[in-house]
Amino acid sequence: MKLRYFAWVRERIGKPEEEIEPPAGVGTVADLMNWLTGRGEEYAHAFGNPKVIRAAIDQTHVKSDATIVGAREIAFFPPMTGG
Amino acid sequence: MCATIRLQREPFDAAREVARLTRGRTDIGAVVTFTGICRGEEAGAPLLAMTLEHYPEMAQAEVARHVQEAEKRWPLRGVCVVHRFGRLCPGDEIVLVVTTAAHRQDAFAAAEFLMDYLKTRAPFWKEVESARGKTWVDAKQTDDALAERWAAEPNGRQAAE
Repeated sequence: MKLRYFAWVRERIGKPEEEIEPPAGVGTVADLMNWLTGRGEEYAHAFGNPKVIRAAIDQTHVKSDATIVGAREIAFFPPMTGG
Repeated sequence: MCATIRLQREPFDAAREVARLTRGRTDIGAVVTFTGICRGEEAGAPLLAMTLEHYPEMAQAEVARHVQEAEKRWPLRGVCVVHRFGRLCPGDEIVLVVTTAAHRQDAFAAAEFLMDYLKTRAPFWKEVESARGKTWVDAKQTDDALAERWAAEPNGRQAAE
């Protein structure tokens, strides 16, 4: 699946997107954040406080308990500040 | 209903967007326009510029969902939402919402609803530049509260009013 990062999540991880294949057992958005956190310092920095991170699956807002099964694109970003 | 949604780097012309919605129409009795403008200060410090980052595919879909929701709640004749992205300077226009209806209450409420949701749900992020460097703007709890009142009261009218 494709992961996309925006704003300071993107800056901390150091890239706007990547393709990943999470291992079996990573079933929800929260699991995925937890797994990503273990991939390196930059991820730990980005996901250090997972409560403030928002997620979208296939361009729709989701909560952290949402399943990632079948997702094509998952995005992580801080709370929105548009308008 | 005529609905226009555009995400663009370029400036917009509010008068032209209003004319596009109202030209030749005699069923519209009210037009409300809201324009958001980049301020010259942020958290008490002079602001040099602001950069709006967005998630293009999702922003388009999310704004469209909100426009559809507004149509369901109020009898609107037309809606236009334009949101800019990229680097903007103080005084530059950021966002435009135009709503038209037969009566003003519906046009006012729908415009406010759309702005409250754009602030908290549309995937845009502001980064401001000051003499101290660049910082991402923090989301405001007051904006969340403003958006949530529409969930509590379908037409946004407060019980206390």
